[in-house]
Amino acid sequence: MSDTTTILHDTANRLFADTVSASELARAAEGAWLPAQWQQLEELGLTTALVPEDAGGAGLEPADALGLVRLAGYHGLPLPLAETLLAGWLLAHAGLPVLEGPLTIAPARTDNELRLERTGNGWRLRGELDRVPWARHAAAIAALADHDGQPLVCLLTPDGYTLDQAVNLAGEPRDTVQVNCALQNAHVAPAPEGFGPQQLQAAGAALRALAMAGAIDRVLTMSVNYANERKQFGRPIGKFQAVQQNLAVLASQAAAAGAASDIAAEAFGAAPDLLAIAVAKVRTGEAAGSAAGIAHQVHGAIGFTEEHSLHFFTKRLWSWRDEFGREAEWNRLVGQQAADAGADGLWPLIASV
Amino acid sequence: MLSIPFPKPPTSDAAEALRHEVRAFLRETLADRPPAERALSWTGYDADFSRALARKGWIAMTWPKEYGEHERSALERYVVLEELLAAGAPVSAHWIADRQSGPLLLRYGTEEQRREILPRIAAGECYFCIGMSEPDSGSDLAGARTRATPVEGGFRVNGTKLWTTNGHRAHYMILFCRTGGNTEDRHGGTSQLLVDLSSPGITIRPIRDMSGLEDFNEIVFQDVFVPESAVIGELGKGWDQVMGELAYERSGPDRWLSSFALLAELNRHLGSRPSERAQELLGRITAHLVVLRRLSRSVAGMLERGENPALQASLVKDLGTGVEQEIPEIVRQLVDIEAAPGSGDQLSAVLAHTLMYAPAFSLRGGTREILRGIIARGLGLR
Repeated sequence: MSDTTTILHDTANRLFADTVSASELARAAEGAWLPAQWQQLEELGLTTALVPEDAGGAGLEPADALGLVRLAGYHGLPLPLAETLLAGWLLAHAGLPVLEGPLTIAPARTDNELRLERTGNGWRLRGELDRVPWARHAAAIAALADHDGQPLVCLLTPDGYTLDQAVNLAGEPRDTVQVNCALQNAHVAPAPEGFGPQQLQAAGAALRALAMAGAIDRVLTMSVNYANERKQFGRPIGKFQAVQQNLAVLASQAAAAGAASDIAAEAFGAAPDLLAIAVAKVRTGEAAGSAAGIAHQVHGAIGFTEEHSLHFFTKRLWSWRDEFGREAEWNRLVGQQAADAGADGLWPLIASV
Repeated sequence: MLSIPFPKPPTSDAAEALRHEVRAFLRETLADRPPAERALSWTGYDADFSRALARKGWIAMTWPKEYGEHERSALERYVVLEELLAAGAPVSAHWIADRQSGPLLLRYGTEEQRREILPRIAAGECYFCIGMSEPDSGSDLAGARTRATPVEGGFRVNGTKLWTTNGHRAHYMILFCRTGGNTEDRHGGTSQLLVDLSSPGITIRPIRDMSGLEDFNEIVFQDVFVPESAVIGELGKGWDQVMGELAYERSGPDRWLSSFALLAELNRHLGSRPSERAQELLGRITAHLVVLRRLSRSVAGMLERGENPALQASLVKDLGTGVEQEIPEIVRQLVDIEAAPGSGDQLSAVLAHTLMYAPAFSLRGGTREILRGIIARGLGLR
């Protein structure tokens, strides 16, 4: 990581810490949009970190830019930074305009099918997109649509769709988008070579892996601090071996998630390493469930209240592990690759990541 | 942020080139080794293999030229270790000497000890056992009672060491014992001695483990004379030294690859078109191993830079042994076979061995509870 990146990460970390308070998290969970906070992200250049410099972005290396997503996860940043990074990256790499403002992408779920047809001087796009993150606040959605077996990137603006609002456990928007619109030629372009729905799903999975690693770091920090403060039987509960052993497991899961998210960040790109990202998503997803469970156990009843901040992070963990492919789906990819490798090829496969 | 840092593992072209060389050597050398023997993992004992490995320069790899003649990087050593383990190579004879006894001597030993011992370890001819646990002192190492009493020219040692892997076929033990003080002051007054196991007064009794192997031993010291020149490091500093030795012991891929032969056999059995359920369970364990390997390589990087990875090593060992113990359970969920020791069916035989040996994974080298205590200390909880 270069010095510039370190400075950017430090700056972002301070910004997130200063602007994401418990009251902001609560407001966002109720559906509020935080315009001032979003503007600060834009002013720092964080939202275009993955857009190449010649397309007007900061042009960071993916592994460095994605470090921002882990930090955002640590703070529970209730804004579509990850989605904007990915949409901007995809649009720029397809040569499409990267619009200003929050952006998002349509997850390439099997039930999200878009029909793209040629019309006289452009295109028509129809279909339904389920669980689109932050769609209601987005200036544009980047989506993949198939045309004659070739994946095309489409830039959709709000005048081209209607939406039904829905949320995830943490209250983050996950809207259903009904698309029926004409698209000008300038808003449709071939996806980067080899980049199809599975690659888009993997890119989203990589972002969620990073966000989960950040949120797991957070629930570990909250849990250890709480165990040091909360006294029962005349001493901090963190002095009891039973609690220490649970927190040690939580720390181990956090370390595994951190390593897995590093794998995801390194594998991100126009030709993403699907195996590496699958590994990262399933391992962070498993760690997320374990970490959230232990964090709540350590916090006791107070952590179960709406007033306490723990749930902002545990609800995100429970949601993010299922977004862009839950463990079962990505495990099948890893398992089939292991099977393809055979008994003697299994180790070389593991050592290749 | 309180998470325990695992720096990005360094990459090394030299190490990757070496990997291919090691694989080719193992393919040829172990061609006839059946899965049931590979399943012994690093408890598989074959002195001929250790000597062959030494001829390749793959023991004592990182030691200075004057003692081992290799001076390879910690990363190159790491690659050799993981390839050996993944292939189920019989590395037990030299394993402890290479992993911890040699490095301990390099760090604390006298020049005479180093010149006498290290080149023989590097040649794959001199084997070590660990002298830590005792009948009344397992996890509570500081409670060790074996005592070395000063006499003319050295010490007279009395006491008993237990669970001493390879004690019956090793040449030396690094003995952790009391040389002063008493058991009340715990860490003080302890020292490490380099003990020649052929010394008069030493009785070695192999103990059969529940899997049927005779790897570990009870070693009784009755008025054993050990010369003054056998003191390793500083008299009375045994506790700090033995903690360093344990960090070597816990830091490697031997803490997450012990069941790998079983996973490979499962993969063979499932074939190229496993069910969705099999894909999911196999995929999950594979993902765990990939991530463990990343963590383990990070520890290797810390060793390479001369940092102390004791905390990180404890964490990897705790995570790793958990996965090692899960693998037989996954096999049971996917395959309708019964574990049968000595069966001609390799999966059945490997499953039998791994199931019976698995309890040891989270006991040897520090129990799960001890490791989690170390992690809790790293979190500032104790």
